[in-house]
Amino acid sequence: MDFGLTDDQRDIQRTARELLADRASPERVREHAEAGRHDDGLWTELRELGWPGIAIPEEHGGQGLGGVELAILSEELGRAVAPVPFLPSVMAAAVIEAAGSPEQRERWLPGLAGGELVGAVAAATDGAAGLVPSGADADLVVLVEDGSARVVTRDEADMEAVAAIDPTRPAARVAAPRDAGEPLAGDVAAGVARALVAVSAELVGVCDRALDMTVAYVKERKQFGTPVGAYQAVSHRCAQMLLDTEIARAATSEASWTADADPDRLRECAALAKATASDAGRSVTASAIQAHGGIGFTWEADVHWLFKRAQIDAALLGGAKEHRARLARFVGERAAVRV
Amino acid sequence: MDLTFSDEELAFRDEFRTWLADNPPPPDPGEVADEARNAWRAAWQRQLYEGGWAAPGWPAEYGGRSATLTQSAIYFEELGRARVPLPLNVLGLLLGGPTLMVWGTDEQKDRYLAPILSADEIWCQGFSEPDAGSDLASLKTKAVKDGDDWVVTGQKVWTSAAQYAKWCMLVARTDPDAPKHKGLTYFLMDMEQDEVQVRPLRQITGEAEFNELFIEEARIPDENVVGGVGNGWKVALTTLMNERAGLGFTLQIRLRQLLDDLIGVAAERGLLDDPRYADQLAELHARCEAIRLMAWKGLTDVERYGQPGPEGSLVKWLWSDTNQQATQLAADIVGADALVAGTTWSYELLRARGNSIEGGTTEILKNIVAERVLGLPRLKPATA
Repeated sequence: MDFGLTDDQRDIQRTARELLADRASPERVREHAEAGRHDDGLWTELRELGWPGIAIPEEHGGQGLGGVELAILSEELGRAVAPVPFLPSVMAAAVIEAAGSPEQRERWLPGLAGGELVGAVAAATDGAAGLVPSGADADLVVLVEDGSARVVTRDEADMEAVAAIDPTRPAARVAAPRDAGEPLAGDVAAGVARALVAVSAELVGVCDRALDMTVAYVKERKQFGTPVGAYQAVSHRCAQMLLDTEIARAATSEASWTADADPDRLRECAALAKATASDAGRSVTASAIQAHGGIGFTWEADVHWLFKRAQIDAALLGGAKEHRARLARFVGERAAVRV
Repeated sequence: MDLTFSDEELAFRDEFRTWLADNPPPPDPGEVADEARNAWRAAWQRQLYEGGWAAPGWPAEYGGRSATLTQSAIYFEELGRARVPLPLNVLGLLLGGPTLMVWGTDEQKDRYLAPILSADEIWCQGFSEPDAGSDLASLKTKAVKDGDDWVVTGQKVWTSAAQYAKWCMLVARTDPDAPKHKGLTYFLMDMEQDEVQVRPLRQITGEAEFNELFIEEARIPDENVVGGVGNGWKVALTTLMNERAGLGFTLQIRLRQLLDDLIGVAAERGLLDDPRYADQLAELHARCEAIRLMAWKGLTDVERYGQPGPEGSLVKWLWSDTNQQATQLAADIVGADALVAGTTWSYELLRARGNSIEGGTTEILKNIVAERVLGLPRLKPATA
């Protein structure tokens, strides 16, 4: 058993972290967040590096790498709270790849792989989704509803920009008439599962960054003549943040591996990943604000971008409760077999 | 990343699984006196020993199988999965033997290792004291040199297996003037002497797994010092590092089984479709999966990369917390039976309260995570 990354995967991780430390610095993220728009310069750079197509097959213009590599990039972009439509686009591509017909794949995937097209994804009720991250700039949206999915383009749906609490991925409200767009007739569940792994990985990155920032802060900040991180009320909160993050990381890395190595287990592992990562995203970033004290509640500190990103991601394609309900069904099916 | 066992590991697992199926322990004697229960577990260890399965992780030269870390973990998972008892001499096998392999002289290894394996001599651990729990290095039991012997006086507590142990891994203060970590020495004390009195400690379950030791001028020959006079803290750390290693995999599987049993009861009662219970059961399932993954990641990272991750300090905390939550939820799902004394569920509910205390309290584990994993500053202890 080996939980480690290959040398190539480590290279991807290191390159991504170095690049984003420079190009998605807190200042640059803040600038775009306050302007409420994507960072087009960064997105162009990522497109040139082939990031949006990392897990799209080569025959459709992607790099043909796997779920693990996709999770690595998602995590790093989450760490940076990068203001780019990467995650919504790769999630849309994952569903189209798994559930689209050959014609649909050929129509949409090359554009998504190259980043000429921006995709987005959302769970819909009666064709409507109230908050679609990156929806304001999306060319197409994959709407998932009751186990089926369809692609609607900008001119087929009613898309209205909406200011989400996370302004780093300008969002939209989407409403599509019943017969609008094209149904994806294939294995929607498999595609959604791959998409869930990507968003879970982004949440792990968000948690990791929140913990790093918090640890650095509580080592520095002194009260009563002592760094506040020496007080157990604070240090035990940090330990809890690490535990929550590592639970989500363990579940997400297993899921990212099953995506290619053990696809029969992917749906269950993806539900596990999303349930744990959604919870961790909320609790860890909330703790980050708390441990920063008053400064953590100010606009000028950067922890709130992490909290806001985590809130959007935690809800995307179902929150922790919804995925636990799915887990309960998997577990219940096995219990029925045992009886 | 490859989350599967290798062919060799699968072959090892299948070999032991087959052996367990062919060689089940003698029938559980049920509720009988402690001696009869211990005799049953000793017989089971001898059976494992004769099959070559008492301690596969030990090097072959000492009677083990030189199993890898992964194979050892598989062994403990399989013991749990087969729902068989642990060998009686678990402390000798997991703690005493491996400590001697690191620190013991050749004479000590020759003398002590074989009877540990065969259950001819049972071991216990005399570390904690009434005033030295989490702060172990502040222990007060003293040993004074007298000719070729050491004379030991003091009190130990939480000593499991002391009623039937032959040898005690005893840490005592040999230099009262040295700093507290420096003045300690690690001894092997013969329990069969009148100067050592054992009093069982009745715990909240009603049973007595643990004991108090009252030591009044007990004698230990100098040759029973392990690792040198004044080196006791380092030797004790070797013992403590082994404390959670293998056993964790048995405990993790037992939690899995307990949860599966609980899910089974919930399914029978139609509660799996009830969102009040389904959500909590799924949460416990998720934590169980995280424990499994983190335990394996912690172990295989060490095995493959020589580099432990943060998991080691997290898994025991998460396990104890999850076991407590699962046994507590059982009180809601199982109902009255879970609160009737003597049932499995009520026993587990009560026993689980010890999980977050024994082998390092959750509070101490959080300190370790904060200080050693996250690098947060230590709070200066209040001066005594």
